[in-house]
Amino acid sequence: MRKSRDGLVGFLFVLPSIILVGIFVYWFIFKNVSTSFDRVTTRATKRVLHDGGVSNYSQLLGSPDYQHALFNLLVLTVVFVAGTMLFGLLWAILLEKGVTAEGVFRSIYLLPMAISFIAAGIVWRWLLAPGKGDQASGLNQLLAMLGLERFQSGWWQSPNSFSMAAMAIPAIWQLSGYVMALFLAGFRGISEDQREAARIDGASEWKIYRHVLFPQLSPIALSALIIIGHMSMKMFDLIYAIAGQNSYKASVPSTMMWTQLFQQGDPTAAAVNATILLVLVALIVIPYLMYTNKTEKGMRG
Amino acid sequence: MTATTTEPVPVAEVIPKRKTTGRAPGTEGTVAGRTLRYALLLAFVILIFIPLYVLLVTSFKTSGQVNAREAWTLPSLWSVAGWKAAWSALAPPLWRSVVLAVSVAVLSAMLGSLNGFVFAKWRFRGATLVFTLFLFGMFIPYQAILIPLQGMLIQIQSMPGMSWFDGIWKLIIVHVIYGIPICALIFRNYYATAVPTEILEAAKVDGAGTLRTFASIVLPISAPAFVVAMIWQFTSAWNDFLFALFLTNRNNGPVTYVLNELAGGQNPDYPSIMAGVLLASLPTLLVYVILGKYFVGGLMSGSVK
Repeated sequence: MRKSRDGLVGFLFVLPSIILVGIFVYWFIFKNVSTSFDRVTTRATKRVLHDGGVSNYSQLLGSPDYQHALFNLLVLTVVFVAGTMLFGLLWAILLEKGVTAEGVFRSIYLLPMAISFIAAGIVWRWLLAPGKGDQASGLNQLLAMLGLERFQSGWWQSPNSFSMAAMAIPAIWQLSGYVMALFLAGFRGISEDQREAARIDGASEWKIYRHVLFPQLSPIALSALIIIGHMSMKMFDLIYAIAGQNSYKASVPSTMMWTQLFQQGDPTAAAVNATILLVLVALIVIPYLMYTNKTEKGMRG
Repeated sequence: MTATTTEPVPVAEVIPKRKTTGRAPGTEGTVAGRTLRYALLLAFVILIFIPLYVLLVTSFKTSGQVNAREAWTLPSLWSVAGWKAAWSALAPPLWRSVVLAVSVAVLSAMLGSLNGFVFAKWRFRGATLVFTLFLFGMFIPYQAILIPLQGMLIQIQSMPGMSWFDGIWKLIIVHVIYGIPICALIFRNYYATAVPTEILEAAKVDGAGTLRTFASIVLPISAPAFVVAMIWQFTSAWNDFLFALFLTNRNNGPVTYVLNELAGGQNPDYPSIMAGVLLASLPTLLVYVILGKYFVGGLMSGSVK
């Protein structure tokens, strides 16, 4: 008897939050999806802008602007994920054996995370200025001072289709420390005995990493991959701050959505874009949530 | 940006220290190996400090000194003109950001404590499903709710007597609501181990109701989780730009909004822009330096098994 009453009281504790999340997350997602299916005609000329229904989606997916934004997002995500994993793992390996002043190094590597993307973006806009030679400023000028002119670049404004890779540099700068923290906690979770045992068996340090430590870190690597990957899909502030509003060169779906809504006054196209973005994020996040739920139950059971 | 787990938020020592091997730290391996290790560690420190160096030296230059030739050198003439200009442009929005971030931190932590307690200890039917739905709400791209959100907030604002509901007020509501999932997760993970179920059972036997138990047993030991949740929410409200851009303007928006406008002008005055970036980052940097381990606690809550 008592038990079910307690359950009810508990439910009342969380009811306000359930209602708020229900409205502001799920009801709004539903409204956004329904906006994305709207049929839209111009008021004056009755010209059809969107046929409505699923064809709104094929309209956006077929547009070269959107395909360009999707390609940019792919390039950004691949470089961003690879870069943060590489630096994060490298820093964790350098630190995991315990070095003097480990805490200081750790804090410095994590420091960029405390700065907003918008503040960081403003500095990186200057650092990634495309001028070369006499016009060089930012990183290009630093490279010239170090005698490394040949590495000067137009960065994200380079005239090639993979220029979005440069946009990942500031993102890697900000988030590698986070991945390091994840891996470092992972290394520390592995008992010392396992290494000792491997050492006694005559395994080299590299073999210990390769066969004893790394396999146990794969769940953490997966977490890092998913978290960084989905952050990349949602990335907005940094690109907006570096490339400015309405940059076609640096356009990704999330910034394009702003342009569609505020510059083109087209909420339907913006809603289609946002819905596709939600689906992309859900495709990687939902399996992940199910996986962690399952392992959690396994640990409990 | 986190995931579910049974681990508590590891507050005291977020990243455990290396278990002692009888050797002092930093004395493992060969001398060459150690030298290489420290050389690499220091090289990465320098790389990380590059943007911060640019910020600092530029902010103390005069506008005339920020030409290409002198951009990377120390100021030949130190000046605080940039800082003064940045302060006069950013003081009002800085104040608005303080109100925003503090209110969000307090309100979110209070809600989070209630939710986390129930999800950890007083599970109702369907609690797992509700919690999973909460967690998904943490990962969504906010673009997918911005159009309806903007519409609803404007609707509320246009109701009679509600014209004050604008700017920071909108952002407070929005950050508290979209912070519900992460705060519920932080508190749930904390309560799962910090509050032994036996104590709750004992309180029940003594006839204490849920509310009484929560107020007299659970709340008094919740401080560590409050710190983690408040820092997390303070930082994300302070650093937010997306909601600010969609829901506020330069006269009622937070510092990120106005900073971006300051930096986006036609003839950028770099000393004041860089000083502005530092001013706008100072609160979160201070929180990080002073309460770093709790900051990392929020970051890690969840994603590690």
